[in-house]
Amino acid sequence: MTLAQDPHLPTSAVAGDETTISTSGNGQAILYLVGPGVASKREISLGEDIHLPSRELQNAGRYVVSVCSDACRSGSFYVAAAEPASLTFLVHPSRVPVGLSDAISGVALPFDPFHNLVRVPMAITFQLTSGKTAMMSRSVQTQDGVAWFRTSSGKDAGVLHVVAAVDELSARRAVQQVASEPCNLRIKGQRTPKAILVETEPVRDCSGNPVPDGTIVTFTAAEADGKSTVDAPIKQGVARAQIIVTKAAVISAASGVVMGNELRLGAQP
Amino acid sequence: MRFALPILLVAVTVGLIAAALFGVGQAGGTVGIAAGSALPGLTPNAGTPEQALANLFTDLQRRNWNRAFAALSKTSGVDEPSFIQDWAGANGSLRTFSNLEGYDSRPLHATSDDAQVRVRLHWATPVGPVEDVRDFHLTHEGDGWKVVWPKVEAPTVPAQVVPVTYLRWDLISGGAEDGWGSRNVDSPHVRIISMNAVESAEGSVVMGEVVNEDTIPAFVNVNAALVDGSGNAIDDESSFDKIAHVLLPKQVSPYRIDFPNINLKNVKNVRMDVKATLVPASADPVIGVMDQKLDPDVQGKSVLHGELLNQSGQTVNIPHVIASFYDSNGKVVWVADGYVDRSLLPQTSEPFAVEIPRTLAGKVQTFHVVVNQYSLGKS
Repeated sequence: MTLAQDPHLPTSAVAGDETTISTSGNGQAILYLVGPGVASKREISLGEDIHLPSRELQNAGRYVVSVCSDACRSGSFYVAAAEPASLTFLVHPSRVPVGLSDAISGVALPFDPFHNLVRVPMAITFQLTSGKTAMMSRSVQTQDGVAWFRTSSGKDAGVLHVVAAVDELSARRAVQQVASEPCNLRIKGQRTPKAILVETEPVRDCSGNPVPDGTIVTFTAAEADGKSTVDAPIKQGVARAQIIVTKAAVISAASGVVMGNELRLGAQP
Repeated sequence: MRFALPILLVAVTVGLIAAALFGVGQAGGTVGIAAGSALPGLTPNAGTPEQALANLFTDLQRRNWNRAFAALSKTSGVDEPSFIQDWAGANGSLRTFSNLEGYDSRPLHATSDDAQVRVRLHWATPVGPVEDVRDFHLTHEGDGWKVVWPKVEAPTVPAQVVPVTYLRWDLISGGAEDGWGSRNVDSPHVRIISMNAVESAEGSVVMGEVVNEDTIPAFVNVNAALVDGSGNAIDDESSFDKIAHVLLPKQVSPYRIDFPNINLKNVKNVRMDVKATLVPASADPVIGVMDQKLDPDVQGKSVLHGELLNQSGQTVNIPHVIASFYDSNGKVVWVADGYVDRSLLPQTSEPFAVEIPRTLAGKVQTFHVVVNQYSLGKS
């Protein structure tokens, strides 16, 4: 049994494709294959081609082949990722206030059918659409398998659709653009037989977007010897509360850091 | 002689049982303060105001409603159902889950015909021990003393339709094909806006306020770890029920974390951690806090009191009040909470009171009250 020279290894191999190793010499030998997540051992006949099945070459990376008879000879070859089969697309954040610069970022990573990162440079197209308006379209070349973008949020609240595409593949994410802090919080009041019914005018941010329903507006009625408060959520754009006031009082409203106007009421007769 | 020992044992046993039975309402260590508990026993004659109260509480603890009602003065302004409801609660309120564990009574004044007794009632409830102070008026009728039960103003709600703009948030946990992606909805953004650590009679207390800065509701929990000079953790605790856990957008809640039996002098650092989770939530009910005032109560303690007004159309079974108190610089100097033991029916109000320590009463300049609520059958 003699091993004349090193095994002849493939110069290029693709994940999931079978490949062939040729050896020289004659007699029986042992072949060891060690790669990313793979280790196998088999008996071979020297001088014949050895077929490595696709299931042993699904992980991209460097593989080491050792052929041992009376002595061992080794070599290595590299298995590259196959064509992209899926696109992992991470977008951050999922909610963002309108009008913030560099607030939205996205990262796309192409993977082959065996979950190997495709590191060959390729162009990935990022498209951002708000309603029917295209906000951004940009083609970015991957570097070491990664492509990314960063952009500002738009001016209109609503769903921002973000798409990353490469060849026939695409991945879609949605970013909720929400109104920023309320702007010009204004309240009005109306006496009822039992209480004062106070409500805000439609609460909007400084870009005119309605502040999301559910946002708490705190109404406060300050009297000479005490106060009353109601945390009321905005519903259909307006927050309402009833406050029992029998004496002269000042009613105000606040939401977050924003204060509204004041209503001054005299004592109830 | 062979029967002497059994006879002696029986006699001693009977004597001890008798002592226990007739000892109800007589236990107590402080001069001038009577104390009672849930010990069963025969009801002695109500020869004194304290004994009349002891008899009444014994019957109430046993839920012997007929006997308890019979022990009331004829001048009482209640009928039996109202009396039972006043004591035992209704509508799934905290009182319906509570039991009287004991009481202390202190006579305020007494003549041969009437007496005034202040009673501190100790309730065992699902949210921990709750104390309630009530003044009872007693009159001498016939051969004994009777309790005058005050007229109970039970809130009644007329039949009506309350229109509600229903608002809630549901959480969709989509798969990879979903437009929102898989697990990529960010947690709500909440922030601790103030923190203060103080020494109290029971140990150390960490408190402050937390705000939901996001546009979605958040389930919030605040944790704190006390660290000594060597960097070792002394203890870590959470805010438990001293916080409004579900915060709507822009809502602020006080929080308080108690570290019993830990001296603040041994603490070099406090590590704060706020956890927020996206949860389905509802914006209702809206509960107003009316007529908030900080006054001394009958015992001279500083108490924040007011009225909770349920502005919605649903019953709030167990209202929970949490208040933060600020000094003149706007710093949170104390956080206190209290449960209201009566349910809050739609469009009605119930009084609440929250006590602050005497040592802090002088520092408090203003306060902020939030209302937490628990409703049966709802998370």
